[in-house]
Amino acid sequence: MAKMDAKTNVGAARITPVKWALYGVLALAAVGLPIVFQSMHNYFMVRIFGLMGVYVMLALGLNIVVGYAGLLDLGYIAFYAMGAYSGVIIGSVGVKAFGQGFGPWAYWTLLPAAALVAACTGIALGTPVLRLKGDYLAIVTLGFGEIVRIVATNWSQLTNGAAGLPRAGQLVPSPAGQQWFMDHFTKGNFAFSSDLWWYYVIGLLCLVTVFFVRRLDNSRLGRAWVAMREDMVAAASVGINITTTKLWAFSLGALWGGIAGITYGYWVGFISPESFNFFESVLVVCMVVLGGMGSIPGAALGAIIIAGLPEIIRYVGQGGFIPGITASMGANIANYRYLVFGLLMVVMMALRPQGILPSSRRARELHPEDEAILEEESAEISSASM
Amino acid sequence: MTILRVENLHTFYGQIEALKGISLEVNEGEIVSLIGANGAGKSTTLKTISGQLVPVEGRIDFMGDGIAGLPAHKVTEKGIIQVPEGRRIFPRMTVEENLEMGAFLRKDKAGIAESMERVFTLFPRLRERRMQKGGTLSGGEQQMLATGRGMMATPKLLMLDEPSMGLAPVVVEMIFETIQKLNAEGVPILLVEQNAAMALAIAHRGYVLETGTIALEGTGRGLLTNERVRKTYLGES
Repeated sequence: MAKMDAKTNVGAARITPVKWALYGVLALAAVGLPIVFQSMHNYFMVRIFGLMGVYVMLALGLNIVVGYAGLLDLGYIAFYAMGAYSGVIIGSVGVKAFGQGFGPWAYWTLLPAAALVAACTGIALGTPVLRLKGDYLAIVTLGFGEIVRIVATNWSQLTNGAAGLPRAGQLVPSPAGQQWFMDHFTKGNFAFSSDLWWYYVIGLLCLVTVFFVRRLDNSRLGRAWVAMREDMVAAASVGINITTTKLWAFSLGALWGGIAGITYGYWVGFISPESFNFFESVLVVCMVVLGGMGSIPGAALGAIIIAGLPEIIRYVGQGGFIPGITASMGANIANYRYLVFGLLMVVMMALRPQGILPSSRRARELHPEDEAILEEESAEISSASM
Repeated sequence: MTILRVENLHTFYGQIEALKGISLEVNEGEIVSLIGANGAGKSTTLKTISGQLVPVEGRIDFMGDGIAGLPAHKVTEKGIIQVPEGRRIFPRMTVEENLEMGAFLRKDKAGIAESMERVFTLFPRLRERRMQKGGTLSGGEQQMLATGRGMMATPKLLMLDEPSMGLAPVVVEMIFETIQKLNAEGVPILLVEQNAAMALAIAHRGYVLETGTIALEGTGRGLLTNERVRKTYLGES
């Protein structure tokens, strides 16, 4: 136990047979369940699965900023918006410039571009807030998120304002490859829908995200983030460049927001400023906190629960699955879904502040005995510096 | 040979001029102590050298390079390692992880292991506690850890800010013995201390700071016997 904590989070990565079995079941469910729902003609649930995937990407991205670097970002959805808008806008410019033939390739070629745009936006946010921390940082990031949304609402020539993109008479082109799957995997009663195709694309992107974020966690940069989170002065004194370390956190976090954004835009085929409001930022923070800050499985689970649970409650309520509950009673239950969700958050934070699946280090950070040590220490420091 | 030369250093905290023209030197193999009352500018001097504060005026030359105004991590790269005031270890990292962080800029794995062995030889207590969280150590052990973390960077100049702060006399003695041992191995040391008697006793040379200027300088022994120092800083009448 002690040894496995010696490196950042490597301990959590040790794979036992039980874990293998668990991962196997999860993978099977992730691949299989949407097919089951699709064959039951429950298209709504297939879409919910896709949405959960998008939020998993967002939560993993924000986890870099909040969980690893310890910088509270309440405007993360701005990067999601930047990815979506840059993807759709550059896509339509591309179609104008290269003709309709570019359409199917727009998503694939612009995926890295949207990621880059979002990462640069991350640096643009990060640079002015380098000296801020805690509450002040949170407030500025909140403002930043609002600025992006308000610009998207008001810069009508570019974004078509509140009416959203694409403009009337235009379509977001379907990516190359989609039609092929729809043609070849539709058998009899089972239709391989575009939603199902997108679900698998999103799933693959989630896997890429997990792979990348895990590598980060165990890297030199990851260690610099932990040190910075624990003590900024000490981190600088061992030779960590605080400026670049913070900017890496903002830009690498933002990058996944951008990828999620363009994917959402091309999947749903419509984006408007309404999709990128403050509540969305808060939801993503809740996902990271509920799941466990700094933990990859935690952030993913948090995203699945928060994005999926209200919809699943609605579905179960309305579906007449539970005997004795009529459709109208079910609709009532469904209306209370955000209440249930809010209660869950309160109970979780009271009983398990480190999250459902905390990283071993973060769990230590929230351990009560630690708090006592830290208080004692800060009292000592402040009395000494008087 | 002079390795650190500070000339006419002026540093401000906002409107307040904390350093009003400090000049000092550290030569190869020396222990140099800065003593003085609270607010005299001792820690400010260290913080300006280590890059946490930017001087408004003055020069800092380290082994021939001007380093005034460089950011802290650049100064660390040059080989000036500061053990900050209040120890500032990483509280939730284990002792071993704390020491590994000290070697953040190094890539030679064998050398790092060797340095860690050296730290453990100097501070056997840290070896016993290598898997314990930094925050659970006693004050003295934390000071050992902070000093050890500084050693992990193979310092060309080690700057210690108030290492005796809040520690029991026995522990302070032990820390000062270690500082001398380190120095005997060839590491030049710039020491800031409120405990003037001990700091001057182990120093080759010392400077007395008063409200941002250097009031006195001399050999450690010379300052210890100086009447003004005895009255003001050693509590003798």
